[in-house]
Amino acid sequence: MNLGRVIGTVVASVKSEGLDGLRLLLVQPLDEQRRPVGRPIVSADAVQAGPGDLVHTVASREAALAFEPSFVPVDSAIVGIVDDVYVEVPA
Amino acid sequence: MILGKVLGNVVSSVKHPGYQGRKLMIVQPIDARGAPDGDTFLAVDDVQAGAGDTVIVLCEGNGIRQLLGGTPPIQRLIVGVVDAVNT
Repeated sequence: MNLGRVIGTVVASVKSEGLDGLRLLLVQPLDEQRRPVGRPIVSADAVQAGPGDLVHTVASREAALAFEPSFVPVDSAIVGIVDDVYVEVPA
Repeated sequence: MILGKVLGNVVSSVKHPGYQGRKLMIVQPIDARGAPDGDTFLAVDDVQAGAGDTVIVLCEGNGIRQLLGGTPPIQRLIVGVVDAVNT
């Protein structure tokens, strides 16, 4: 699970079954100092996040669980919009 | 499981119900000597860990569901506060 910044939306009219109806956002993973880390990921939005929002994502099977009860073929989901990050100790 | 150091925590009011009432911490993975070793990540706390603590982090959903019950979309859980690592 990671901090991330929503940097865009992904529109795909032709896609696999089970992905329709999902809002797909482009999320840039961030480190604890909000610096970009690695490549952006396509993440299914479970909390109505918007462009520019600081969010947290969950990966793998647990991402699909964010959309229970239906089976959703995703490996990343946005499960929280972050209000604040408190770093009290240096890495 | 892996070793990590808790750097702080994250607050979010709009979130998936599976995260309601749970503390979300920022963790730096560390090696056996305690030096940073990889990118930071987020983990739900299950043992009242605090900033600066060295902790054990469970990184797999099935075990987490066993501990927390239900089917929360959680994939990192702090399951222990480390007193010592003897190598």
